[in-house]
Amino acid sequence: MNAHIQTAPASRTGTLAAATFAMLIGLGLVVVTGHVQADTLHDAAHDVRHATGFPCH
Amino acid sequence: MFTRMLASALFAGVAAGLIAALLQLWFVQPVLLHAELYETGALVHFGSASTVPAHQDVGGIDPLRDGLSVLFAMLVYSGYALILVPLMALAQDRGARIDARNGLIWGLCGFVAVHLAPGFTLAPEVPGVAAADVGARQIWWFATVLAAAAALWLIAFGRNWGTWAAAIVLLLAPHVIGAPEPDVLTGPVPTEIGALFAARAFGVGMAAWVMLGGFAGYFWSREMRAADAVPAE
Repeated sequence: MNAHIQTAPASRTGTLAAATFAMLIGLGLVVVTGHVQADTLHDAAHDVRHATGFPCH
Repeated sequence: MFTRMLASALFAGVAAGLIAALLQLWFVQPVLLHAELYETGALVHFGSASTVPAHQDVGGIDPLRDGLSVLFAMLVYSGYALILVPLMALAQDRGARIDARNGLIWGLCGFVAVHLAPGFTLAPEVPGVAAADVGARQIWWFATVLAAAAALWLIAFGRNWGTWAAAIVLLLAPHVIGAPEPDVLTGPVPTEIGALFAARAFGVGMAAWVMLGGFAGYFWSREMRAADAVPAE
């Protein structure tokens, strides 16, 4: 009976953990491609950064 | 669960990123290259006394530069998808319905949070504009995106006036406080080009985000159907 009651919260915890991890990776990707100011990255991503409305220079 | 999120997000992000890149290369890139002629001083603009023709040959496709734009657009939109899909999953856990049709609305909200909200005060910058310190602008940009995204979540899923009032405060606050501004306006690019650039950047961003939301909703609902078919995962 207890197992049945615990099923829903366990699945929610699973979603929250997976979601947090995925969002951290997504945030990292957006920061590296859109915001890090290292010269090579900046030059390669330059046009996309401007067109996407990121602060660029 | 994480693998399903990753798969849905990467499919949606790459597809939307490709569409964003193609729209950008077609509609934004010629405006950007035109602006760069003024940024580099190849053309000089003297207000009402200018005799520079409005139409300039800005060149065609540059395989390396444009190829990098396609790659980075896919990476940026994959990053956005890796935030959007988990939010969809969390909303679904709380009873929201997620599919391709609803995804279009999620995408529109994503555009508002990530493009329109920060761009309302920190307009998409054509190359050459005067601007405040980039670090300060980035902090303001992230804070504004976070506030707008939280506000849209509260508007969509809030159930009382308290949450809606908080949403309004979150939407307005960054613009009432104001973004970092340059001390002097030194932009050499004609205002017509800057305005067209901002309008095109918004238009392409909206199209790409609506597609991203639709794809994310489609792929996530497909993953969920597959998960239901195999309960043991």
